[in-house]
Amino acid sequence: MSISIQDIIKEENKVFSKTKLLTDKVFSYCPGCGHGVAHRIIMEVIEEMGIVNQTIGVAPVGCSVLAYDFMDIDMQQAAHGRAPAVATGISRVFPDKYVFTYQGDGDLAAIGTAETIHACSRGENIIIFFINNGIYGMTGGQMAPTTLEGMKTSTSPHGRDLHQMGFPIKMTEIVAQLDGVQFATRQAVHTPSAVRKTKKAVKKAFENVKNKKGVSFIEIVSNCNSGWKLAPVKANEWMEEFMFPVYPIGDIKG
Amino acid sequence: MGELRLMKGNEAIAEAAIRCGCDAYFGYPITPQSEILEYLTLQNPEKTTGMVVLQAESEIAAINMVYGAAACGKKALTSSSSPGISLKQEGISYIAGAELPAVIVNVVRGGPGLGTIQPSQSDYFQSVKGGGHGDYKLIVLAPNSVQEQYDFVKLGFDLAFKYRNPVLILSDGAIGQMMEKVQISDFTPRWTEEEIVQMTGSWATHGKPETRKHNIVTSLNLQPEPQEEHNHHLQRKYKEIEDNELRYEKFFCEDAEYVFVAYGTSSRLCQKAIQLGREKGLKLGLLRPITLFPFPKKQIKMATKKAKAFLAVEMSAGQMVEDVQLAVKGKRPVKHFGRYGGMIPMPDEILEAMEELIAKVEKKEAKKAQKKAKKKAEKEAKKQKN
Ligand SMILES: Cc1ncc(C[n+]2csc(CCOP(=O)(O)OP(=O)(O)O)c2C)c(N)n1
Ligand code: SF4
Ligand SMILES: [Mg+2]
Repeated sequence: MSISIQDIIKEENKVFSKTKLLTDKVFSYCPGCGHGVAHRIIMEVIEEMGIVNQTIGVAPVGCSVLAYDFMDIDMQQAAHGRAPAVATGISRVFPDKYVFTYQGDGDLAAIGTAETIHACSRGENIIIFFINNGIYGMTGGQMAPTTLEGMKTSTSPHGRDLHQMGFPIKMTEIVAQLDGVQFATRQAVHTPSAVRKTKKAVKKAFENVKNKKGVSFIEIVSNCNSGWKLAPVKANEWMEEFMFPVYPIGDIKG
Repeated sequence: MGELRLMKGNEAIAEAAIRCGCDAYFGYPITPQSEILEYLTLQNPEKTTGMVVLQAESEIAAINMVYGAAACGKKALTSSSSPGISLKQEGISYIAGAELPAVIVNVVRGGPGLGTIQPSQSDYFQSVKGGGHGDYKLIVLAPNSVQEQYDFVKLGFDLAFKYRNPVLILSDGAIGQMMEKVQISDFTPRWTEEEIVQMTGSWATHGKPETRKHNIVTSLNLQPEPQEEHNHHLQRKYKEIEDNELRYEKFFCEDAEYVFVAYGTSSRLCQKAIQLGREKGLKLGLLRPITLFPFPKKQIKMATKKAKAFLAVEMSAGQMVEDVQLAVKGKRPVKHFGRYGGMIPMPDEILEAMEELIAKVEKKEAKKAQKKAKKKAEKEAKKQKN
């Protein structure tokens, strides 16, 4: 007996549906990139909590600069590195809204370090999503402050030399020291179980905003298969083998 | 009508913000304008009008906080002095590009670099020619009294929201620091959440309701065609601003043969110089641009009908003078007089500079008249011969 497609497309067979808060635009991300999964998790939580009409997101410059094309919520695009200041402005004039930034490692840990540290130190009632892929994805794979020792990028073509280029920066450990930060965690989105854990953390972060607890800082260690010049599956294996020892997964504070 | 108060120029900015329904101020200390943040933190308007006051970690952060608040449809203000304004330029360009309403105050001090803390007008180019990247214009208001310093905050917000464009109040250390009497206005309440949604719901981020598409505030286009179209739109807006928002003042211009062009503190000094010159019988006048963008080009051009020459007086090495020259189009001599690096010229110095210009013009006129007379005589002589 043959099964027709009509027999399969049935409500009771449905195992997954895209959240309403992701638009139908095709992602501009490379296939296998963690950005898309991270977007989905955040939008799912906003939908589940029913807070879309109270949520404002800030996307600065990086591969996710066009996040507002995919996230069907009110959004602002910020200058490179300035998202925590922009989010501060929003949250201060709308103290009851849910405000989040979505930043890359170049954005958050290089050009925007001051804005990041001080928004955390003031305890702004916001969420900072920090997508750490150890590289500048958008501009074509240059070295980031988070680039690993020996890692080859287009501006460290012989591998990152610690003597010359300094050490990888661990932002989540740094901001966890600040009293304004309520919750600091490092997660990933490369496996179903990692996605589940990250989603739990995202939920907790939005709950923290609701309860006016200050900054929730969620680092997501993610792949950049284009920048790393690895196929998606290989990139995830490489991430587990080399990124996780330097950036260990788990809660750091709260 | 509110009361009359003796106030410092910087305090006037702060008090005006509280009273005109401003929602938020973000700033970073720098002389000679720190009193704005100090006054606001002392008054603590969050407890009265609900206006937010926050000391940022830098001018860069402050202007980006303004961006965030403005993109929510709120009235956001920041202030600084020259070095800090340089740092804000990236943010100002983004605000102009994303078409956000905001008011920025520059209490100018001497430069370049760290320069001095004394008054200057050397940020004219940065203010009117677009100090940041890209083709954009700020509406630039140049107060010359503490009263105007006060009034221009409300005017600034009105214009900023009318055109969804950043407004710069270009003041200087003298006006910021001096005390004068000010007519204080009554309190205008801040917009309620409903009013904000009503006024700015078509573009600002308030949290997306079911009833509309999501609002996005951005200055980015990946493709050049829409970006060029966006630029066309901006240029049309700037033209509209030029057509509708020009403000200037004439002082003794009716019979003036020699005209000063000056704004801010320099315009006050020119008024004194005119008084001194008139006592000597010199027909001097002043054309004071109150808006520097738009600039009173036509009015200056019209003035060439009567005026024999123009003297642009600025506390700079000569910046606005270029716009005066462009307006005059070579029809009359245009000279510049300035003291700078934090120095303020004395009215008699200004008069002296004008007298020099007058002497030059008169000498030239006399030469011309001589030549003319000579030619005429030659012609006559020729006629007689024939
Ligand atoms: C002031 C400024 N400097 C430089 C750039 C160019 N730029 C765009 S994105 C980027 C780095 C982005 O890297 P990251 O934040 O790690 O994000 P990713 O693309 O890796 O997600 C840079 C340097 C810019 N847009 N603005
Ligand atoms: S360049 Fe890297 S970070 Fe950017 S979309 Fe591609 S894989 Fe993702
Ligand atoms: Mg990156």
